[in-house]
Amino acid sequence: MSQTQGTQPFVLFDNVQKSYDGITLVVKSFNLGIDKGEFITLLGPSGSGKTTCLMMLAGFETATHGDIFLDGRSINNIPPHKRGIGMVFQNYALFPHMTVAENLAFPLEVRGFSKAEREDKVRKVLDMVQMDKFGGRRPAQLSGGQQQRIALARALVFEPSLVLMDEPLGALDKQLREHMQFEIKHLHEKLGITVVYVTHDQSEALTMSDRIAVFNDGIVQQLAKPADLYERPTNAFVAQFIGENNKLKGRVKTLTGDTALVEFADGQQAEALAVNCKGVGQPTLCSIRPERVRIGSQASLYATEGQVIELIYLGDHIRCRMSVYGDDSFIVKIPNAGDGTMLSVGQTIKVGWDKNDCRALDA
Amino acid sequence: MEQIQTPHGVPLKKQIARALFKQKVRALLLIAPLLIFILITFVIPITDMLLRSIDNSIVSDTLPQTTTVLETWDASTGELPDEAAFAALYHDLKQAIEQKNHTKLGTRLNYESSGMSSLFRKVGKDVSKMQEGISYKEQFIAADKLWGNLKTWTLLKVYSPKYTNGYFLAAIDMKKTADGAEMLPASERIYLNLFARTLFMSLVITGLCLVLGYPIAWLLANLPMRTSNLLMILVLLPFWTSLLVRTSAWKVLLQQQGVINDILVWLGVVSNTGRLELINNQFGTLVAMTHILLPFMILPLYSVMRTIPPAYMRAAKSLGATDWTAFWRVYFPQTIAGIGAGAILTFILAIGYYITPELVGGTQGTFISNRIAYHISSSLNWGLAAALGTILLTLVLVLYWVYDKIVGIDKVKLG
Repeated sequence: MSQTQGTQPFVLFDNVQKSYDGITLVVKSFNLGIDKGEFITLLGPSGSGKTTCLMMLAGFETATHGDIFLDGRSINNIPPHKRGIGMVFQNYALFPHMTVAENLAFPLEVRGFSKAEREDKVRKVLDMVQMDKFGGRRPAQLSGGQQQRIALARALVFEPSLVLMDEPLGALDKQLREHMQFEIKHLHEKLGITVVYVTHDQSEALTMSDRIAVFNDGIVQQLAKPADLYERPTNAFVAQFIGENNKLKGRVKTLTGDTALVEFADGQQAEALAVNCKGVGQPTLCSIRPERVRIGSQASLYATEGQVIELIYLGDHIRCRMSVYGDDSFIVKIPNAGDGTMLSVGQTIKVGWDKNDCRALDA
Repeated sequence: MEQIQTPHGVPLKKQIARALFKQKVRALLLIAPLLIFILITFVIPITDMLLRSIDNSIVSDTLPQTTTVLETWDASTGELPDEAAFAALYHDLKQAIEQKNHTKLGTRLNYESSGMSSLFRKVGKDVSKMQEGISYKEQFIAADKLWGNLKTWTLLKVYSPKYTNGYFLAAIDMKKTADGAEMLPASERIYLNLFARTLFMSLVITGLCLVLGYPIAWLLANLPMRTSNLLMILVLLPFWTSLLVRTSAWKVLLQQQGVINDILVWLGVVSNTGRLELINNQFGTLVAMTHILLPFMILPLYSVMRTIPPAYMRAAKSLGATDWTAFWRVYFPQTIAGIGAGAILTFILAIGYYITPELVGGTQGTFISNRIAYHISSSLNWGLAAALGTILLTLVLVLYWVYDKIVGIDKVKLG
């Protein structure tokens, strides 16, 4: 955790729970500290509770249990308009009956800024998002990407220290989305604001965030930096959700230190890094990234035989589906090195990996 | 310019025109049944009805010779027309009596001056007794003094043209005289007052519908599906009940011995002798018509509100707006299209409403349409009814035009 000892983080969720119907908990027990200036992403499949958490922070939902602190104050009883949090909505929510400039002036107007100040700030923020010529247009006359920029500008124009973003890039096409990811990231760095970002797109989360909280089933499965999340997932859901992943079902045979000996379905055994396995005799799921698998002469440690079932040529690499330890959906990414090593379907070949790349997780 | 030709040597333009013509004919044939239906059942009768407001051919058709002779007569001299006019009248009436048309003319002229109906009914017997060779003038005046009255002849002259603005003048409480149009005495004026009342009450009803319907439409658009469906059924329920049943229900509720008065008396709010007059007056009309027209306001409002995502209000609040500011600055402007549609619909329905004011309006709560209906079915003065109707139609069109200028008709959204 990056929060400093002794002082409370900028935003703190303290054991927050949320239930809509009084029967099921949408958010089970949410604890999260966010430091000033941090870019935190809440990542998870739809219905995992991430948007609910964001709405509770914004004040549109009330927590059933627990406290949310902003800058040291409990904000449970503060209405949304007094929280001073900027928010970018999924479909931008730009007011259709106002021009771009009026949209941007709205938060300043309700805060009682003078006309001159408003115009000044609106001009500056339009400059910042490179939309200075569009002040007189209506939102409907803008493209999706332009609307996105204006929505961003509107959330920033009253200089909030915390900005929430609820899947703001969901409606854009891939190329524009990637472009906007960088722009948001750069704005964040430039302005030093704290951002809480919600998305279900893992590459978006990996690109932009300082830390990512992976949600599933109402709880945070793992909270970590992007690299840690990919390299060192602590449970099967995270391993599965972030990036591509081979999962081999097995049973723990012995446990020595951080090494587990796992017996797979077809009776073969291999060593794995014991991360999250419950104990000897318990089922486990071994997770290996497809690009960490070595084949043929490069496969040294923990080698076994695999049979090639399917080959897909993808230019920079070749995707190879093979049968390993009795699992037919084992994927290997073979870099296209141009050395002419071509596999053929039906061929049996040596497959291996580093022990630390095979992580024994909960089943 | 070079003309592009098809492989068969026909100019392309011609070919396209030919192809499009076939399409147009087919489209026209498809809508032809409806077009003919509307033409026969709607356009033609309405036009005929509207023309009745200026049609006055009955006088010149019944008394062709008299009207011709009267053209040269000047009423302002104060003298009766000469013998020729009376002779023409005799011949015209003889003809008319054979065709039994003279009483119709009497009825027509009676609209303008009472006493004409009986005069023309009586003249049937008088003319048959008249003898040729003696002055017709003397014989007519001997038969009825009215024939010697200047007023009778002025009336005939004034109403001899084929078209008249007399009905329209009557519809705005004016009267045609030999010296042009003049207002009726204040005690006889009805219609201007009635028009004003109709307009005013329609506006009040529209306003009441808006004030009452807006929150309901908002609830409909924002409640969870199950609850809003139930509410929608409650809104539509009046639609599925007969208009008469609904109006009669208000009679039961509002009359002096009715439910509401009984409860008020029981509660001691009013004394048994001081029961409130809630019906057969303007109040009754306002209550019953607001109730009946409410769905016409709610439904357009609802259909517009349904399309406003809740994110707008949330966005406004997250930007620092209080609930009221968020509503007034962000939500309300987006509902103006619905308000416009609902208000126009309600107002136009209200201004021409007939049955409810008739049943619960008494004398003070009736509308211009009730008067039109009276002239159509009781007094049989269709010309006046047509003139009143035309004025009402024009009034609505003018208001529609004003509305378009102020709000913009393209902003009206029904769904």
